[in-house]
Amino acid sequence: MGNLLWRRMTNAVMFSMTLMCALGVVGVLFFIFGYLFWNGGRYVNWDFFTRLPAPVGESGGGMANAIIGSAKLLLLATLVGAPIGFLGGIYLAEFGGKTFPFFVRYVTDLLNGVPSIVIGIFAYAVVVLRVRHFSAWAGGFALGIMMIPIALRSTEEFLRQVPTSLREGALALGATRWQMILTVVVPAAMRGILSGMMLDIARVAGETAPLLFTSFGNRFWSEGFDKPTASLPVMIFTYAIGPYDDWHRQAWAAGFVLLAMVFMFNITSRLLISWRRTR
Amino acid sequence: MTTGMLLSESDKTPDPGAPLRTRLSGFLARLGDPLFYGLTLCCAASIIVITGCLVYQLYAHSAEARHTLGWGFLTSQEWNPVSGEFGALPFVFGTVVTSILAILIATPLGVGTAIFLAEMAPRRLSNIMAFLVDLLAAVPSVIYGLLGIFLLVPLLNSTVVPPMQRVLGFLPIFSGSFYGVSLFSASLVLVIMVVPFIVSISREVLLAVPVEQREASYALGSTHWETVWKVVLPHARRGIYASVFLGLARALGETMAVTMVIGNTPQIAKSLFAPGYTIAAVIANEFTEATGSLYLSALIELGLVLFGITIVINGLARLLILATTRGLQHG
Amino acid sequence: MATMATDLTQETSVLPEQDEKRDTRPEVIALADNIRIQDDVPRFDIRSQCLPTIIRAEKFSVYYGKKVGVKDITMDICSRSVTAIIGPSGCGKSTFLRSINRMNDLIPIARAEGALYVNGVNAYDRRVDLVNLRQRVGMVFQKANPFPKSIYDNVAYGPRLQGVRGRALDDLVESCLRDAALWDEVKYSLGKSALALSGGQQQRLCIARALATKPQVLLMDEPCSALDPIATAKIEELIAGLKHAYTIVIVTHNMQQAARVSDRTAFFCLGELIEYGDTRAIFTKPSRKQTEDYVTGRFG
Ligand SMILES: Nc1ncnc2c1ncn2[C@@H]1O[C@H](COP(=O)(O)OP(=O)(O)OP(=O)(O)O)[C@@H](O)[C@H]1O
Ligand SMILES: [Mg+2]
Repeated sequence: MGNLLWRRMTNAVMFSMTLMCALGVVGVLFFIFGYLFWNGGRYVNWDFFTRLPAPVGESGGGMANAIIGSAKLLLLATLVGAPIGFLGGIYLAEFGGKTFPFFVRYVTDLLNGVPSIVIGIFAYAVVVLRVRHFSAWAGGFALGIMMIPIALRSTEEFLRQVPTSLREGALALGATRWQMILTVVVPAAMRGILSGMMLDIARVAGETAPLLFTSFGNRFWSEGFDKPTASLPVMIFTYAIGPYDDWHRQAWAAGFVLLAMVFMFNITSRLLISWRRTR
Repeated sequence: MTTGMLLSESDKTPDPGAPLRTRLSGFLARLGDPLFYGLTLCCAASIIVITGCLVYQLYAHSAEARHTLGWGFLTSQEWNPVSGEFGALPFVFGTVVTSILAILIATPLGVGTAIFLAEMAPRRLSNIMAFLVDLLAAVPSVIYGLLGIFLLVPLLNSTVVPPMQRVLGFLPIFSGSFYGVSLFSASLVLVIMVVPFIVSISREVLLAVPVEQREASYALGSTHWETVWKVVLPHARRGIYASVFLGLARALGETMAVTMVIGNTPQIAKSLFAPGYTIAAVIANEFTEATGSLYLSALIELGLVLFGITIVINGLARLLILATTRGLQHG
Repeated sequence: MATMATDLTQETSVLPEQDEKRDTRPEVIALADNIRIQDDVPRFDIRSQCLPTIIRAEKFSVYYGKKVGVKDITMDICSRSVTAIIGPSGCGKSTFLRSINRMNDLIPIARAEGALYVNGVNAYDRRVDLVNLRQRVGMVFQKANPFPKSIYDNVAYGPRLQGVRGRALDDLVESCLRDAALWDEVKYSLGKSALALSGGQQQRLCIARALATKPQVLLMDEPCSALDPIATAKIEELIAGLKHAYTIVIVTHNMQQAARVSDRTAFFCLGELIEYGDTRAIFTKPSRKQTEDYVTGRFG
């Protein structure tokens, strides 16, 4: 123990090991990103965005319906998750008592940790079993439920960062509480809240498991929100485990598009926050 | 001008120059607060209602399986829906083994990386890497499955597993023939998915360790590593445990990536190189094909089991986090 | 004081007994004939010197949990004059000031006892409409707290809540900015973010913002503590100009400032009102030893 040389060596060896861990992780990271973008980008073409899937067994075709389907599902999910999360977050940040908000937070974190497939079962039981067919409604409902916890916690967090002096300022001018919240506190935290919502959308955009038996899938256009609806993640899954090489190529292309979308949301959200900080 | 103007009953504005607040808008403004409060309260409470509903639905829809199969469901090894045998053990086994193996590999890797990022890397580099790691965490799981099928499995098949088996093949857990899809492959995919969680949270708790603690240690003549090992890590340990538990919970519930590389065979094999099955995977694969209400009900009961496991793990993680923040307040 | 007198006719007489609505309330009646002044504080005839009273504290106390914020304050504040509150740090100046428009309600552990009459109505009455109270009693905080909005929107905030729109709003914003001596500096950049202003400008913006709700009383909690001498001078000038139209209560640590801007001065110590009277008297011949020590700088 007392041997200085020994201690120095331990120091060097252990830190080299952490360095190796970091290099390993970063190496894998760059490899994954590189491989995905190279391999996926290769197979993306115009047809992919504009055409329906080709009949099973034939090659060619695209995933236009899945792209629109994903957009529809995300729209529904946002309509369910964002308002509830936003208003609930306001409650936690602005009207907090003691026990109840604590309980809400705890349950929110638990709900956040529920496996997505279980949320899928829930949506199946609540929506699909009731109307007896798969639909975009059911998929959007499942994704919406998944969005609530993060929307709520991020809203709460950003509202809490708004200094009390602004609240006092508004109240001292004769604003009521809700006027103060909606005209001063929320606008002051708006960028943060938006960025949290974007991260949230990015997270559910790639969810596959809860869609498998809610929105299901569709090889054709699905009108409205009441039909089984194709989505990019489910398409990737179906095509990846399918037997055709052309399907595999399209799965890569879809993976590329999905990942690009998710990253775009992520990066935009970060830019929103950093812009907020530098102001 | 009345001196009673501050009372809510008399709503006359004393200053003739000031705009009169009309009766209606005054009424609305006063009603606004309780309304708004009620609205937000409802939204906050809806979280609890939803979670309650979720538990109830799982419970209610698994009633048939629970009544018909009883506790034998959890202990039986046979899963053969055609002949009406429903045993959950292979799925529980596959779920637990893959997740634990993944966590065993991911923890040292993740914590090591976090130590490097927090202690050695310059802050700028550290921030950039943390950003990239967060992006890694944002990659959808189905894409990890894609990588697993087309990249990891062939790689394991051709270059990794044969040499491993040549050296370690005498151990039962590395024995048997390897087809690519296996518990081991699933664990590796899970490692990649879980590491970002551990790195990102651990790095933050490490950075949050007060400078005075480090300085005290240096002042006593410790090397950098001794400081990290004896002062920084113990100080941050609860946060790190929490990150590991959160990672574990994610691994347990992970569906798509695992489904794509685990081989989907309901068996309890000695070898890690044999195919297996997890709870989430069997639900994903068989839910839409489930014929008969008992079959569906058994799958939903599997969902209930998975829910129970992750709730316990998550609950533990939250309690740890809570204890950490408490500790910080006292410290 | 002279200007005050000319305004008397216009100002409501606010002593409670003249309030038709409330004259049945026993405690109000009691108050009317029984204006108590702490025995050892030099007596001054409130009615002759200080009519009309706009704010009256009667045995008013605020507690934070078990801790005393201010205790047993009894004092009258006159309309259309400047009242300074001085005293060592932590003696409850802000606490008292913030209880006049009930900003202390925001602090969950804060609890008020006794009565505090604003315009003859107990502000702590259950039936008091907080929104109305706060529109009457504006506040400027120690640290400028402009909203992260444009300069215009900051000033327009209060009037908009009251439903002022369009041309009238523009005029109001301009006149308030003029009153706050900020107009010339910002008239071409009303749309710019208020956060881009300097500290002193921000503070004057906050004053303009408070004026825009047309309050009767303006509470200022160390409005100059974060400002340089020039900005301070501007704000003092402003206060002198405003006192013809508003009642101003100002907390300050700066003895010279209190002497310069105020008509009356209250000295607080350890949550109690030690001495209250004409500013000149307080600074030249204080009747209490504590006050003398404090104003001559021999004290904390
Ligand atoms: N939010 C609070 N919670 C608990 N105690 C408080 C709170 N605000 C003030 N106090 C206590 O009340 C007493 C009076 O505080 P106050 O802020 O009124 O002093 P002050 O005279 O304004 O001091 P300063 O000159 O430093 O601004 C102090 O003892 C303080 O500790
Ligand atoms: Mg103060």
